[in-house]
Amino acid sequence: MADEKKMMKVTIDNITIEVEPGTSILNAARQIGGEVTPPAMCYYSKLKGSGGKCRTCLVEVAAGSTADPRPMPKLVASCRTNVMDGMVVKNITSEKVIDARKGVVEFLLINHPLDCPICDQAGECSLQDLGYSHGSDDTRYEFPRRTFEKENIGPYIQLHMTRCILCYRCTYVADQLTNERVHGVLDRGDHSEISTYISKAIDNDFSGNMIDVCPVGALTDKTFRFKNRVWFLKPLDAHRDCPTCCGKVTLWNRGDEVYRVTARKDQWGEVEEWICNTCRFEKKNTSDWIIEGPTKVNRHSVISQGHYVGLKMPPETLKRVMDGRDPRILMEIHDVSGVNKPEIHLSELPGPAHSHDFLEKDVTRAEEYPGHVPQTLADVDAKTDSR
Amino acid sequence: MEALTNRVKVMERKPMTFVEKIYLWNIMKGMMITLKHFFKKKATIKYPEQKRPFSPVWRGLQILNRDEEGRERCTACGLCAVACPAEAITMEAAEREPGEENLYREEKYAAKYEINMLRCIFCGLCEEACPKDAIYLSETFTPSNYTRESFIYNKSDLLIPDPKTDPQGFAKARGNRAKKEEV
Ligand code: SF4
Ligand code: SF4
Ligand code: SF4
Ligand code: FES
Repeated sequence: MADEKKMMKVTIDNITIEVEPGTSILNAARQIGGEVTPPAMCYYSKLKGSGGKCRTCLVEVAAGSTADPRPMPKLVASCRTNVMDGMVVKNITSEKVIDARKGVVEFLLINHPLDCPICDQAGECSLQDLGYSHGSDDTRYEFPRRTFEKENIGPYIQLHMTRCILCYRCTYVADQLTNERVHGVLDRGDHSEISTYISKAIDNDFSGNMIDVCPVGALTDKTFRFKNRVWFLKPLDAHRDCPTCCGKVTLWNRGDEVYRVTARKDQWGEVEEWICNTCRFEKKNTSDWIIEGPTKVNRHSVISQGHYVGLKMPPETLKRVMDGRDPRILMEIHDVSGVNKPEIHLSELPGPAHSHDFLEKDVTRAEEYPGHVPQTLADVDAKTDSR
Repeated sequence: MEALTNRVKVMERKPMTFVEKIYLWNIMKGMMITLKHFFKKKATIKYPEQKRPFSPVWRGLQILNRDEEGRERCTACGLCAVACPAEAITMEAAEREPGEENLYREEKYAAKYEINMLRCIFCGLCEEACPKDAIYLSETFTPSNYTRESFIYNKSDLLIPDPKTDPQGFAKARGNRAKKEEV
């Protein structure tokens, strides 16, 4: 029994757990799980040295340890503070923490644009979740927000500097996953920004993982840009034999088209295993993958909307009463609709669609159906006035 | 079983009297009711020569709004489509190119936008969901038609006139509700 490690007892929000020495408060709380886990915007368990930047994980330490039970004078960042034996931590039970976190969210949002409607991260954005659960619903900031010159960082990754919260996760990916880092944080304070020197393109084999680690929409997939909203896509677990990476991914499909490939994420929104750029950007055919089944999506996520899991379809009666004949389809929607045309494959475009990708003009109902009754109130009035 | 309510009405099965048997009195009573209505205010109007005013909260046919400079407000965020309980709305987005700034307000816009009026239940949830003030239910109804195809409304049907070329049409199509929201 000599080599058994001494476990440390720590109490978080009145729940006591034993953890190994050297565990951070955040990780101890994650072992408990659920509500007591502080949110984390910059800490990433798979990236060494991450954490300590964003301050969303602040907790109150009510008693330092059994040996020294004085409380810590200030709130501490739980991702960077290790547990001590007999430590008592307050997270959601502490008014101070809730208030401080509200302040942190306000600071994170000070320069953040109101971009969610056009942001590809919307629906899976940690900042949205954080703002929703911990922020106030108003802003007190009246000054112009910082803006940046748009910078092109290569064909695969789209950088929106205005949305960046400077969590440094992407630079750690570059440092730890790829052999050489060509981008980093320039300048300081309010001016700091993620950039590559002389816009040098990021073309490392694993650089695409920055997209997954970015908690906000600052780094997004350019091959998926504006193609669809994540909640209209169908996430599927799939894998392939990849010589460079594990090949285990989540496909985001509409019908049979693969719109996006991402790594699989765990319950903390962290990547389970890194994937390579070939898997992420080049393999956009369902035939490239062996599909395992639908990804389990948290019921509270907007992504789960419209995914009718466990649905039991009632038996089709029409065919039975019609002596086995199929009912006649009165309208084939693809003949009328301009959306999701079978001959246009959005997923095959290298980047976002542009006006020239939709050359076919919309025909108004009035043009196509001359007998059509006019549509707006103004038209109806005009028609009856002239009578 | 004991009756659960006291609403049971016991039927009388008396044989009819002579007056009741010839029905004349009851026919007269019915005719009187008809006659009375000749002198009452009419409940109907002669549509389409006469029209009833729509209530300002009427949830009618959708319009896609433009801003004062005539740019399309919709940015294809998909919130209306996700809010729609009837799954009537579909869209496809595109990126605005340099030179198209006078057409679209934001970096992203709806290249295709469709509402299936056969599915729409005019609940107004799309209007409530829109963060960009882009979709409104106007004070009119969806006109009837003979074909199913004509109920798939695309962007050219839904977009209102450009205020720069047709300010009157713009103001009228936008109706009262959209204006009030604007401050
Ligand atoms: S990063 Fe998140 S909060 Fe910011 S605009 Fe995008 S979705 Fe919205
Ligand atoms: S009014 Fe309701 S049913 Fe109709 S399109 Fe809007 S959200 Fe859908
Ligand atoms: S109409 Fe409004 S809610 Fe719908 S996609 Fe456009 S901006 Fe979004
Ligand atoms: S997660 Fe701890 S400071 Fe960001």
